[in-house]
Amino acid sequence: MNTLWLSRVQFGLTISFHYLFPPLSIGLGVMMVTMEAMYLKTRNKVYESMARFWTRIFALTFGLGVATGIVMEFEFGTNWANYSRFVGDVFGAPLASEGIFAFFLESGFLAILLFGWDRVGPKTHFFSTIMVAFGSIFSALWINVANSWMQTPAGFHLVLHHGVLRAQITNFWQVVFNPSTMDRLVHVLLGAFLSGAFLVLSVGAYYVLKRRHEDIGRRCVKMALVAAIIGATAQLVSGDFNAKMVGKYQPAKLAAFEGHFPADAPAGIRLFGWVDSKTQMVYGPRIPGMLSWLMYYNTKASVIGLDHFPPALRPPVNPVFQSYHAMVAIGMALILISLLGVFYWWRGTLFQKRWLLWIFVISVIGPELANELGWFSAEVGRQPWIVYGMMKTSQAVSPHLPAGEVLASMMMFGIMYVLLGALFIFLMNRKIQQGPEEPTVRPSMPPPIVEGHGRLDA
Amino acid sequence: MHHEFNVVWFVLLGILFAGYAILDGFDFGVGMLYLLVKDDAERRLLLNSIGPVWDGNEVWLVTGGGAMFAAFPNVYASLFSGFYPVFMLLLLALIFRGVSIEFRSKEPMRWWRNLWDTNFFIGSILASLLLGAFAGNLAYGVALNARGTYTGGFWALLNPYALLVGITTVALFMMHGSIYLVMKTEGNLHDRLRGWVNNSIIFFIICYAATTMATLLYDRHLTSEIRKHPVFFVVAILNMLAIANIPREIFHKRDFRAFLSSCFAIVALLSLLAIGLFPNIVYARNNPANSLTIYNASSSPYTLKIMCIIALIGMPIVLAYTTYVYWLFRGKVRMDRHSY
Repeated sequence: MNTLWLSRVQFGLTISFHYLFPPLSIGLGVMMVTMEAMYLKTRNKVYESMARFWTRIFALTFGLGVATGIVMEFEFGTNWANYSRFVGDVFGAPLASEGIFAFFLESGFLAILLFGWDRVGPKTHFFSTIMVAFGSIFSALWINVANSWMQTPAGFHLVLHHGVLRAQITNFWQVVFNPSTMDRLVHVLLGAFLSGAFLVLSVGAYYVLKRRHEDIGRRCVKMALVAAIIGATAQLVSGDFNAKMVGKYQPAKLAAFEGHFPADAPAGIRLFGWVDSKTQMVYGPRIPGMLSWLMYYNTKASVIGLDHFPPALRPPVNPVFQSYHAMVAIGMALILISLLGVFYWWRGTLFQKRWLLWIFVISVIGPELANELGWFSAEVGRQPWIVYGMMKTSQAVSPHLPAGEVLASMMMFGIMYVLLGALFIFLMNRKIQQGPEEPTVRPSMPPPIVEGHGRLDA
Repeated sequence: MHHEFNVVWFVLLGILFAGYAILDGFDFGVGMLYLLVKDDAERRLLLNSIGPVWDGNEVWLVTGGGAMFAAFPNVYASLFSGFYPVFMLLLLALIFRGVSIEFRSKEPMRWWRNLWDTNFFIGSILASLLLGAFAGNLAYGVALNARGTYTGGFWALLNPYALLVGITTVALFMMHGSIYLVMKTEGNLHDRLRGWVNNSIIFFIICYAATTMATLLYDRHLTSEIRKHPVFFVVAILNMLAIANIPREIFHKRDFRAFLSSCFAIVALLSLLAIGLFPNIVYARNNPANSLTIYNASSSPYTLKIMCIIALIGMPIVLAYTTYVYWLFRGKVRMDRHSY
């Protein structure tokens, strides 16, 4: 494999692993703000216990998010130097803004959130939690601005800079609010809220099932169900907005989502299926005219298909089709799960439905997977472009970068991330098994090492 | 063309990296001295002296990288792709260091804690060495082609001068971290640390003398700027006075003042590098005409202006709450149930 392909694989690997954590942090941030607000309002110590417990989980997801996030900031320069030269004037500003407005805010107030429980009053602590939550949302905002500009570039012109063509800002606000920023930001944030909500739902349901910390478990389930039903329904609406936006600005991507080949014809959707790009055959149950209706509220309206584009300018169809359909299917399943939960809650039998609680426990995987698949659809669907219509991914890679060095770094990341992933799951499970400190019990310091023994019984 | 913003951003980048060196510098120093303490409770004290702040300190690097990308994209592209192995190893060191702090106290097993303690130590030394070697290569100059792409290859990055600056940086951060620890500890541990400050100062001064000699001998492009404008000798002299002041303040038990002197020394050292390089950012040793300067490697004046506005809005707020956080966790380390 050459430097280009190794760099693609490495970027895909590192961004996928990184993106497991920020959505959890963003979602948990909102849940923690809610819990502390409930505590301040009711002065019920149970909510304080909940907030403290979730803060510890948050610390873990945040820590791994930061550790794997620095990699991303470096990789634009290390592996995609020509891209960096081409877009730096435009793309660098949101990245720097993310540092100034988001990362500092998060990490500064995180110190108070994690270590300040006994040093500041509950109100200052609550304020810090809000700031951390805001920080993580601002971070999503700026990185979405940067990524959306790659999808739908705006507010710039192309200039020869010392003999090399590059993009330069002409209007900063057009860069920030480029045509896809807001739709994509809402979609990403809702995805993150769902990640947080379903994690709280999962752990809460687990406690109820195991009859441990039952009061806290029930409260977690209820709180998370409210967030889940709102988030999952809103995500359906947001998905519709995004599909229309993609159809308008990136028609090749939309056509790949549904495997729609004819250059100019009404289009249906498939519930699931398989695309053979060579024969242009799509297999799977089809609803004719549905995509036309979703796009233009008219089943007879024609939708631009892949044949409209020369083969070299089409994204790989089947991978995009599959990831997009899997994401939509998961989204639907999340709506169904939250509806069932709310229905049995209303009937008053939610906590007797053990089968549903078990579904809650495993449902945490859903939003995480959907977030990954959504990014995959958006990024692979943009190919062969790195900046849509402006620069191809193949032109973006670092010149003079030896393939061997990339191979070595990729192996390093591979080993490191497998290790970190395993440790994350191990420590997460450990924290969940330890559970929240019940409000009446006075908690103690973490256990010290006892001399002469390999380990402590505690 | 308006070029004042290019100079402003050169200075602002300098401030961001100086902020990073001062703040994460003592974090690294704590990591290097960490294994010299054997007792688990004392190790946790050391760890928690940086506990609430190390994460925020690392943001200075991330923001510095982002600002370099925004203000001098060609520098960012050339340095990061050219110094590929250096940055990959730096990532390895920073990630392992970070998770070591998170993980080590989560389990009581001795092997577990020793494993992460060792990682923390290695990560701290390796990161300092690499950052120093990076600065050393910047000072020495690298091979660039006409398009500003690094062409020197991997082994050229490991030249003796860069390694010497790397070791000097290790010594600098070790001294800086030991002073920080003296400020943050009390009792028996504090008294032992006080002795280490003096050892680390001696180590640093030896390295610093060697680096200065090597710079005078081999980096004439750096020193010529100061020879042209003798007023800059003031910076070099102030730097030496600041370093000489550290043992004096430590002797009089004015630990905070010693720490400020150490901060000042870091700023002065980076200023000397910046003065020597200006207006170059990456000096092309093979052909100075290929150098990346604050003019040929920068973003457009419009972008630089917008970035100035963003920094003007954002950085005062950042400094305000960062100061608040340091003030909140001021004084000697106290352990509680939220500590690492």
